[in-house]
Amino acid sequence: MSESKPESGPVINPRVTCEGCSVLLDINDGDRLVFARLSAGSTLKIGNKTYSLQPLIGCPFGSLFQVESGKEKPYLSRFVPPTEENNVQDEGGSQLQEESRDNRAIIDNNQAQTLTGEDIDAMRRQGATGNEIVEALIANSATFDKKTQFSQEKYRLKKQKKYAPRVLLRRPFCRSICEAYFKKYPARIGFLRVDALSLLLSMANVTANSDALVVDMVGGLVTGAVAERLGGTGSVCSTYLGGTPYPIEIIRMFNFSDEICKRILRCSFNDLCSVQIETGEQVSQHEDDCTMESQSNEKTSLSIGTEDVHLSSNNGDTDLVPENKLSSSSKTCKAPKAGEKAPKEAIQSWKENGFSSLIIAAPEQDAWGLVKDFLPLLTYSAPFAIYHQYLQPLATCMHNLQLEKMAIGLQISEPWLREYQVLPSRTHPCMQMSGTGGYILSGTRMHTNISQP
Amino acid sequence: MLLMDSSKKISFNRCIRDGDLVIIYERHDTMKAVKVCENSVLQNRFGIFKHSDWIGKPFGSKVFSNKGGFVYILAPTPELWTLVLSHRTQILYIADISFVVMYLEVVPGCLVLESGTGSGSLTTSLARAVAPTGHVYTFDFHEQRAASAREDFERTGISNLVTVGVRDIQSEGFPDEFSGLADSVFLDLPQPWLAIPSARNMLKQDGTLCSFSPCIEQVQRSCETLRSDFTDIRTFEILLRMYELREWKIDHSKFEDGSSIAYPPCKRRQPSSEVSVGENTSSPAVVARPSAETRGHTGYLTFARRKCDS
Repeated sequence: MSESKPESGPVINPRVTCEGCSVLLDINDGDRLVFARLSAGSTLKIGNKTYSLQPLIGCPFGSLFQVESGKEKPYLSRFVPPTEENNVQDEGGSQLQEESRDNRAIIDNNQAQTLTGEDIDAMRRQGATGNEIVEALIANSATFDKKTQFSQEKYRLKKQKKYAPRVLLRRPFCRSICEAYFKKYPARIGFLRVDALSLLLSMANVTANSDALVVDMVGGLVTGAVAERLGGTGSVCSTYLGGTPYPIEIIRMFNFSDEICKRILRCSFNDLCSVQIETGEQVSQHEDDCTMESQSNEKTSLSIGTEDVHLSSNNGDTDLVPENKLSSSSKTCKAPKAGEKAPKEAIQSWKENGFSSLIIAAPEQDAWGLVKDFLPLLTYSAPFAIYHQYLQPLATCMHNLQLEKMAIGLQISEPWLREYQVLPSRTHPCMQMSGTGGYILSGTRMHTNISQP
Repeated sequence: MLLMDSSKKISFNRCIRDGDLVIIYERHDTMKAVKVCENSVLQNRFGIFKHSDWIGKPFGSKVFSNKGGFVYILAPTPELWTLVLSHRTQILYIADISFVVMYLEVVPGCLVLESGTGSGSLTTSLARAVAPTGHVYTFDFHEQRAASAREDFERTGISNLVTVGVRDIQSEGFPDEFSGLADSVFLDLPQPWLAIPSARNMLKQDGTLCSFSPCIEQVQRSCETLRSDFTDIRTFEILLRMYELREWKIDHSKFEDGSSIAYPPCKRRQPSSEVSVGENTSSPAVVARPSAETRGHTGYLTFARRKCDS
C-alpha cells in the first residue's frame, strides 16, 4: 500500500463549467445532443421555446436541469432527482410476479386522454410545473390503470420528456464528442465509431511524450483524441498532402488547456520531408522560395480560430458546432491556439527522431498511397493504425506492406459493438445497433537491414 | 514501456541497450518478452541468438541465429505486453481494454482504482493512460498474484505509476484515504455489487465506473445496485473480428465460344483443349475474408457515472 497520500495530477479538464467553455447538452436522456459554448447570451431551443444557458455557468458537469415555469417565461433550473424515483422502479421489480395485466382490452383510438391541449396550456399559465402536468395527464387517462407496470413506466417517461424536458450538462470528452457526431453526422467523421477510435489510440500506442503523426480527414476528431491522451506532453502533428490543411475544427470542442493546445501542430507533408538536409538558415531560405505554398498554409492555419465558425454555420448545423454567437464573444473568452503551423525546431526534431505513432483516418482516400508516403517518417518499431470505412483499400495496403517488407505484425480487424438494455425482467440487447464502425489495419514498422551478418 | 520515460523513448537514434526489455517476434502468434543481457542467449526453434548481437541495433531489426533463422526485436508496448505476459488469471484483451480506457475517460493526471489486478493486462494500459502525473491503485486479494503483478510492473518500467495492494475489495471496500479522489474505478470481481457502495464513496462527482462481468446475471445485479447513486448506466459487449488475406490470381482464359472462367487460387487445372491459349491474361487481386475462428464472448462491460448530489 502506498505510504504517501495519493496525489491527483494537475487539473487537465476541470469538472465545473466556466464562462466560455464548451459543453455537451444531453436533452431527455440521449434523445438529442447539442454542443454549445456557455456565455451570458447563449441559448438552447427545446421544442418551440428558447432557454438561456446562463444558469449552467459555474455548475459541475453531470448536473441535471429541468424546465420550470418562471415569472416571465420558462427557464432551466438545476435539480437533483429525488431517490424516490428509483424506489418506484425497485418496487416494480418485486411486484413483477404479480403482474396480471396485459393489453388485450386496450384499444388505440386516441380517445383515452380527456385533457385537451388547451387545458394543458391553461395549467401552464397558472404556473403548474412540468411534473404536475404529467401527473394530471396520468390521472385523466382512461387506460392508464389497465396498463402493465412496464407500460405505465413507459407512458410516464414519454409524458415527462414532452412536458418536463430535462437537460444534462456533460463534459465534452473524446468519447462524448465521438458518440454525438456518430449519432448525428456520422459522415463527417467517416463513420468512425467510438470503439474504433479507442482501438486506433491503443494500437498506435498513444501516450504521454509521444510524437504522434496524424493524417486526420475526419474533422479533427482523431487529432483531438490524440491530444487528449498526450495531456500536455509530446506533440501531435496533423499533416496533409498538398497545400491545404484538412479542416480540424472539432478540436475546439475539447476544452483543451493552453498547454495541450500548443502541442497540436500542423505541417504539410512537403515541409516534413524538405527539412531533411537543410540547416536552420537554409530552411528559412527554402521557405521564402516556396512563397505560394507556405503563404497559403499560414493563411489557412491562422484563420482557424475565426473562419471555421462562419464555415460551419453556413452549413446550417448550428447544433453540433459551437454556436455562431461565438464570433462576437470570442474576444472575451480564451481563443485556443491549437493547430498552429509547426515551428522549424519541431520539424527538425521529428526528422531526427522520427514519430513514435502514426494514425491515418482518411476514410475516402486510398490507404496505400498515404501509407507509402508517411510510414518512412515513423521511427523503427513504432506502431501505426489505419482506419478506413471500406475493407478493400486496407487489404491492398496490407498486401503491399508485406511485399515491400515495411512492417510486421500486420492485422486487419473490425470492431463489433452491441449495447444492452438491462432492466429487471427486461434484459436484452438493444433493438437498434450500429452496423459498422469501419476497419483498422495495424502493424509495427520494421527496420530493414541493408547488410546481413 | 519506453515511451513514458522521455529519456529512453524510441527514436531513429535509439538503439537496443543492455538491460532493455524487448519483445521477440517469431511469428504473429508467437512472441515473448526478454531482458537483454550482454552474455545471454536466446534459444528457440530457429537456433541460438546471442543477445550481444542485438546491442547497438535499432529496435524493429531482424536478427539472425547461428543457423540462419531469424526473429524480429520490437520495443515493448502495452498491446504487445498483453500478448506475451504470463496468464495467472484470465485477462482482458485489446478490444475490451481500449474501450474501457476511452469510456472511463482516463487521461493523463487521473487517479484510477482497480480491483482485481489479475495478471495486470488492463493495469498496464491504465498506467499508460494516466502517465506521467496520474496514478493507478490496484488491489487483489491474492497475495502471490499481487506480488507477481508488482514484479511485472517493475520489469516493464511502470512501477512509478502503479501501486499494488493486497485487499479484499468485495468485503472491505476501497481504502478510505481515496474517498472523493478517484476519477475512475474499474471492477473485475465475481460479485461487483458488493464493491459498488465503496466505489461510490471513492469517486468524484461525475466520475466514471466500469464493471466487467462474464455473466448476464452479474450484470443485472450490478445495474440494480448502481441505480441509486449512479446515472448514465450503459452495458456493452465488444469483439474484434480479424480478416485474412489471400492473393487471388484470376485467370481470364477465354473459351472458343467467347465465354470465360475465373479460376480460384487453390484449384490447379490444366488448360483444356477448348481454351484458346493466346488470350490468357491473369490479374492478381487481393481478397479478404473474416477469419474462420473468432472469439464469441469475453464479458459484459457496464459503465456508469457517479451522480452529482451538490
